[in-house]
Amino acid sequence: MIELLQTTWNEVPLALQIILKIIVIVVPIMLSVAYLTLAERKVIGYIQVRIGPNRVGPRGLLQPIADGLKLALKEVIIPNNSNHYLFLLGPLLTLAPALVAWAVIPFDEGVVLTDLNAGLLYALAIMSLGVYGILISGWASNSKYALISAVRMGAQMVSYGIAMGFALVGVVLAAGSLNLQEIVLAQEGSFIHWFWLPLAPLFLVYFISGVAETNRAPFDVAEGESEIVAGFHVEYSGMAFALFFLAEYANMILISVLTAVMFLGGWLSPFQGIPGLEYLFSWVPGIVWLLAKTALLLFFFLWFRATFPRYRYDQLMRLGWKVFIPVTIVWLLVTGLAVMVHLGPWFD
Amino acid sequence: MNLKHYIKSFLLWELVLGLKLTGKYLFAKKITVQYPEEKTPQSHRFRGLHAQRRYDNGEERCIACKLCEAVCPALAITIESEQRDDGSRRTTQYDIDLFKCIYCGFCEESCPVDAIVETRHFEYIFENREDSIMTKAKLLEVGDRFESQIAADREKDAPYR
Repeated sequence: MIELLQTTWNEVPLALQIILKIIVIVVPIMLSVAYLTLAERKVIGYIQVRIGPNRVGPRGLLQPIADGLKLALKEVIIPNNSNHYLFLLGPLLTLAPALVAWAVIPFDEGVVLTDLNAGLLYALAIMSLGVYGILISGWASNSKYALISAVRMGAQMVSYGIAMGFALVGVVLAAGSLNLQEIVLAQEGSFIHWFWLPLAPLFLVYFISGVAETNRAPFDVAEGESEIVAGFHVEYSGMAFALFFLAEYANMILISVLTAVMFLGGWLSPFQGIPGLEYLFSWVPGIVWLLAKTALLLFFFLWFRATFPRYRYDQLMRLGWKVFIPVTIVWLLVTGLAVMVHLGPWFD
Repeated sequence: MNLKHYIKSFLLWELVLGLKLTGKYLFAKKITVQYPEEKTPQSHRFRGLHAQRRYDNGEERCIACKLCEAVCPALAITIESEQRDDGSRRTTQYDIDLFKCIYCGFCEESCPVDAIVETRHFEYIFENREDSIMTKAKLLEVGDRFESQIAADREKDAPYR
């Protein structure tokens, strides 16, 4: 049976094979995005001592579908004085990088769409592209709030992109590779071998920069409902708006998955190296651990949003330039020294 | 800016405290009242939709004294009166504009014969704009519908009047 499937699979043309693989990755991402919005509303509701959506379907489980349907049926309003071509290009350019970056994410040993040897660099480069979509849509809207927001967003992405990049240099130093699979394998051993421990400051800086990079509270100055209405997507409606929404949540999932891969041991079981428990949980496929770690990090995104008030813009810049970058540089030196002296148990 | 301050900021101590607080509320008992199925308790002094009452023999109480019209701060009440064949003064028109009404309850307080009252009923809608005018007929109809509740509420409130 398995051989038969194998031979049929091999007969499928290569292009079609790749497209099928992409569908297998993208469709679950889109579904997760949809249900992440529900999870967000539920978690924030619970933290605010409310129940959250529970009317559409059992326990509100069909709420994202109702939301999607509503957005799909709404009119896409294009402002007269906007640049129509760029106006519609913006949302697409925002969403595309959030999906393209998934090409290099290893879901299990050998389960990856493209095993790039510079996968980390690719992911970082693609994620930085996301800012163009927002800059373009903010500019093309021809509205002052959208423009202010686009400028804020550009400055924020550049500042936090640097801290993020430096944090990743630490990971590369520690793992000795840019390939995401090898980065995960370098963390093998037990959960104290994972890089969150030796690179703890970088882990924090990376995750917080990730929150800033995805424009989530408390770093959502680009949206800033109370000061600049909704920022870059103030002029968007219907599906064009939905694309921004999808992109934001897809980016959250992407950042969480990357954090899990680079600092929390990717698909590695947290019980590895613990006698007894390791054997007990050996039947769990690696992707389950990866998804569990991602879900945990995503919960932190929602928790942050429910807890912290928005940063003032100058505080945001100060944090990025005067705190995160010095911290990462210092810790890079520490990591470099640790690697040089083969400090165990991580770098031996 | 002492050392302790620096250590605290680098450990994100204040942020952890904030997260701890919201994390506690995540598991707190939820206070949502799921409205159409569940309702919050209502006072017997609740001021909802207006009604006109009748005496037990079916005679309408209102004697067209126009005190309510005079006291109404929103000028929502319009009254016209005429002498009836039996010599008593009665209203020919008694309109309350619900768009103007602020549900203050002054009309009810001013009424010497407890004719105009506000019921506990608050779940009502209009399908046309002109339906917002409560005419005398409509008021009397509401009164007939909720008379037992209105009487019980007045009874309960009587010691405090």
